[in-house]
Amino acid sequence: MLLSLEPRGQQSRAMLLLSPLLAGALTLISGALLFAALGNPPLETLYTLLIMPISDMYGVTELAIKALPILLCALGLALAFRARIWNIGAEGQLLVGALAGSAVAIQLIDVESRWALVLVFAAGVAAGTAWAGLAAWLRTRFNANEILTTIMLNYIALNLLQYFIYGPLKDPAGYGFPQSAMFGDASRLPILFEGTRLHVGVFFALLALVAIWVLVQRSFFGFQVKVLGLDRRAARFVGFREKRLVWLALMVSGALAGLAGVCEVSGPIGQLIPQVSPGYGYAAITVAFLGRLNPVGILFASLLMALLYLGGEMAQMTLNLPLALTGLFQGMLLFFLLACDVLILYRLRVKLPWQRQFVATPVAKGA
Amino acid sequence: MDLDLISNILFAMVRTGTPLLLVALGELVCEKSGVLNLGQEGMMLFGAVIGFIVAFATGSLWLGVALAIVAGMVLALLFALVAVYLNANQIACGLALTIFGVGLSSFIGTAWVGKPLVGFGTLAIPLLSQIPLLGRMLFAQDLLVYLSFALFAVVGWVLLKTRTGLVLQAVGENPAAASAMGLPVRRVRLLAVLFGGAMAGLAGAYLSLAYTPMWAENMTAGRGWIALALVVFASWRVFRVLLGAYLFGLASILHLVLQGLGVSIPSNLLAMLPYVATIVVLVLLSRDAVRTRLYAPVSLGQPWQPGH
Amino acid sequence: MPDISSPPPRLELRGITKRYPGCLANDRIDLSVARGEIRALLGENGAGKSTLMKIIFGAAAADAGELRWEGQPVTVRDPSQARELGIGMVFQHFSLFETLTVAENVALALGPAAGDPRQLVPRIREVSKRYGMALDPERRVHALSVGERQRVEIVRCLMQDIKLLILDEPTSVLTPPEVDELFVTLRKLAAEGVSILFISHKLGEVRALCHSATVLRAGRVTGHCDPREQSDLALAQLMVGDAEGLEARYPKRSGDKVFLDLSQLSWRNPDPFATSLHDIDLTVRAGEIVGIAGVAGNGQDELMALLSGEECLPLQAARIITLGGQAVANLPPDARRRLGLAMVPAERLGHAAVPSLSLADNALLSGFQQGLVRHGMIQRGKVSAFARRIIERFEVKTPDMHTSARSLSGGNLQKFILGREILQNPKLLIAAHPTWGVDVGAAAAIHRALIELRDAGAAILVISEDLDELFQISDRIGALCGGRLSPLKATAKTQTSEVGRWMTGQFDTAANAADAAPTSTTY
Repeated sequence: MLLSLEPRGQQSRAMLLLSPLLAGALTLISGALLFAALGNPPLETLYTLLIMPISDMYGVTELAIKALPILLCALGLALAFRARIWNIGAEGQLLVGALAGSAVAIQLIDVESRWALVLVFAAGVAAGTAWAGLAAWLRTRFNANEILTTIMLNYIALNLLQYFIYGPLKDPAGYGFPQSAMFGDASRLPILFEGTRLHVGVFFALLALVAIWVLVQRSFFGFQVKVLGLDRRAARFVGFREKRLVWLALMVSGALAGLAGVCEVSGPIGQLIPQVSPGYGYAAITVAFLGRLNPVGILFASLLMALLYLGGEMAQMTLNLPLALTGLFQGMLLFFLLACDVLILYRLRVKLPWQRQFVATPVAKGA
Repeated sequence: MDLDLISNILFAMVRTGTPLLLVALGELVCEKSGVLNLGQEGMMLFGAVIGFIVAFATGSLWLGVALAIVAGMVLALLFALVAVYLNANQIACGLALTIFGVGLSSFIGTAWVGKPLVGFGTLAIPLLSQIPLLGRMLFAQDLLVYLSFALFAVVGWVLLKTRTGLVLQAVGENPAAASAMGLPVRRVRLLAVLFGGAMAGLAGAYLSLAYTPMWAENMTAGRGWIALALVVFASWRVFRVLLGAYLFGLASILHLVLQGLGVSIPSNLLAMLPYVATIVVLVLLSRDAVRTRLYAPVSLGQPWQPGH
Repeated sequence: MPDISSPPPRLELRGITKRYPGCLANDRIDLSVARGEIRALLGENGAGKSTLMKIIFGAAAADAGELRWEGQPVTVRDPSQARELGIGMVFQHFSLFETLTVAENVALALGPAAGDPRQLVPRIREVSKRYGMALDPERRVHALSVGERQRVEIVRCLMQDIKLLILDEPTSVLTPPEVDELFVTLRKLAAEGVSILFISHKLGEVRALCHSATVLRAGRVTGHCDPREQSDLALAQLMVGDAEGLEARYPKRSGDKVFLDLSQLSWRNPDPFATSLHDIDLTVRAGEIVGIAGVAGNGQDELMALLSGEECLPLQAARIITLGGQAVANLPPDARRRLGLAMVPAERLGHAAVPSLSLADNALLSGFQQGLVRHGMIQRGKVSAFARRIIERFEVKTPDMHTSARSLSGGNLQKFILGREILQNPKLLIAAHPTWGVDVGAAAAIHRALIELRDAGAAILVISEDLDELFQISDRIGALCGGRLSPLKATAKTQTSEVGRWMTGQFDTAANAADAAPTSTTY
């Protein structure tokens, strides 16, 4: 063996921060190699992917719009993941949030009071919470693995959404297109700056960021969640209520994903369409890990992920590359991150063949 | 319902259950060794797209199948490097593998969406396929289905009757003790993961070359995940994997049955059935925590590294 | 230089050195074992015995030094190579597979050449009969008792051509009669020419069995001797340097008012392979220490879980456990702690403390009801102050309170955990194996702290496998066997032999008398 891993004994704080950067660099290098192999000039393609989308102010506001649902979902996931509750269901929770919000908004198209928006949001958040609560119930009551139940609930939510779009919620005046009617103005999120699509939803995201930060870093609830994730036996030993923590972590998670969903339909989209989410809920998993389950880290990671989404669209338009580029980069990033994370607990040692003998000989002779 | 309809339903049940059976057998072996690979969906998709492209480009279905198997193994190798040799969290790695596989397969498959291909046809075995009711189900399938029967028999025999099966079980139960006994824990786990990858790749090829000969993004539609639930359903026992795979197959084609009965339900709601069934099954089988613990490989999901 | 005329020793180690990050586990160790010799390897926990054995067995590689087998230098790369040489090892934590049968376990260890497990059955029967170790090869391991499992390990070694048998603390899981049976087997093996390395820290056993002893301390050899010619004190001094605290005697107390009262506690374990509890009656008074002896796996963990509240009884059974007169059997751990309960569970890492969290966070873990949390927010200043008090009062050696729990030595972490519980001013402290794997200095400090707490008026319950420890510190003593508790006696009025009998289940209680008909409701 030329390379070997040696335990450090303690976590390396430097690697904790460096590993995501290293993973990012490796992803870029692999991406460049991939582009070169496909016959696209690597640097130019990377430029199109990562710089061009945010080269003007409008691009930056678009970045914020894209980052918003990812950030919201990832913040919730981080809380659940800290408790080692593997909620893979942000996507489904987001979809039912969007669906429920839309269902209410369509009833309120002609209402002009701002209360309409409140009702729409209440419905969306409640639906997301309930959808996650379902997984919590299955887990705490029946001991059903939450990874599998949340995934299944994602597929169910997607089919439910499609059923409603093709059925009860289809716009009768929509020439048969699978989409709902446009929401009334009262059910739309106000735009922040004229000429952009940036809406007040970003404040919800910032509020959620601060709230989750306090919850995770300062509150006793956050501490209990952390202990539950690290060591279930110790948590039980001192009387932390596992079931209650599972319920709360999942419901907060679901509420934020539901909020993300309803923000999408009443924000930039303005109606319910089958493609509400291009996989935001799945991207949030990568983001949560990339941000180290830390709210501030997640903020940066969600901006990066949003950039990948915008870049993917840009690359499709200008270079005719498949839109799936985004997903590919996401997967690579997460994989490299997990590999690099080894360096947090281990030191990489390059052992040259002659070094071993060098250590062994003198002592053996001395004995 | 007449006999023909029942015969048809049984035939479709086995066809639909076959990809589940293949993936679940692979995952069963993998989990027996103590490794939880949540990347089945990703490996299946990669196998499906590679199998399709190769078959389309070369005109050889079998070459497509072979390279789909290799494709599944390549992704499995990536997973094994990080999860088995670098001790990373298996759950996170499996998710990464799925995200990666979904992205990679859509990326390279873009140009092939909707292209037509003549896939594996059925090959009825004379006489046997004439048996009423069961004949079509068992003896009028395509070659890959017959292959799945054989693979089931081989996996069952290895797990229950051979030393390899014992080694696998030992490594999955207590890797530290297995290592103290001189068993190469990591190599066993690597091989188990690779086998899982091969089976997932094969299952992917079955979808894109036999079941619906074409390529579409995310065409596995969660079958990799359902297979994971199937292994839990089977309590890590190989015969129950077979049973479960066909039961789920039946749930997925329930619309055929309902049509036969003259019931009409919107297709989007019917499409939910396999997923709902999965949840119901998980609930029924996991309720007894002690039971689950007794059958699950003890070290499942826990990284293991040699002592120093 | 060895004498040319005499045969070379079976195993000879010269200058074996092994370094782990932050510690020198083996420092230039010399050791030899002759044919038919039973040699003890004596030393405290952490002296480097297990590391040395792993090196001999090929489970770890030495950084330097030489290993000679029957006079020839060899490198043992892995356990299978050790087995080919004729080295067998019986591990302290058994390396058996519970879901497999005895024969399958043996087959796995012997390698592919041994053939089908079913073909091995008659040979296993023959070997186990010859050495007086009753075993059924076709039973699954999870259904075997601890003693039987050890026999599987030994038989597994004997199935091959064995020349050197290594046993790592083999008696720690056995009752006194089982120990005697094991020694008969080992003497028989030695008489047939098998060399035996017997790892232990129990002086009495070493003297009873071994021909020679090598003593390790802090990774070094501190002496070779004939244990039969040495006094306990002399051996102990070789093991620990100075034997202060070893011989300490504490005055016995009779206690005050009953604080903890268990009456007719019966509990069915949902895990069919674990112990259930039957008709346990137990009282602990304020100002006394009650000790409970017993071999691990006889219901200690279950009793601890029911006392701590990790397992709760239904409301109608609440009075089965009372604290200061208050019914608690249905209450969760935090509620019981509010009534004055403190616990030190057996496992330090992963139960009493979270390995990767800092000492400060681990102080908060069980101390959160000591005003460290307000309006749901952690009061970091108060947590730090609490952690600092623990570290200072109990002389915990650590760089600071931000160090993770797992990086502390066993003794220091145990002092921290005990300190965390004692500084919550408990009315009842329950501690399991409080000095297990702890060096002598820390063990003495822990004993002094327990006595001090008792003298301050707290009720204390200590569960331990170490009979000497229990006789040293407890005022009343009893033993658990098969989920039943023997009657409790004043320590001054009984001897180790009597408690040893209790450990094998030889005691009379209402429960034992009416074996078939349980006298209380089982929960």
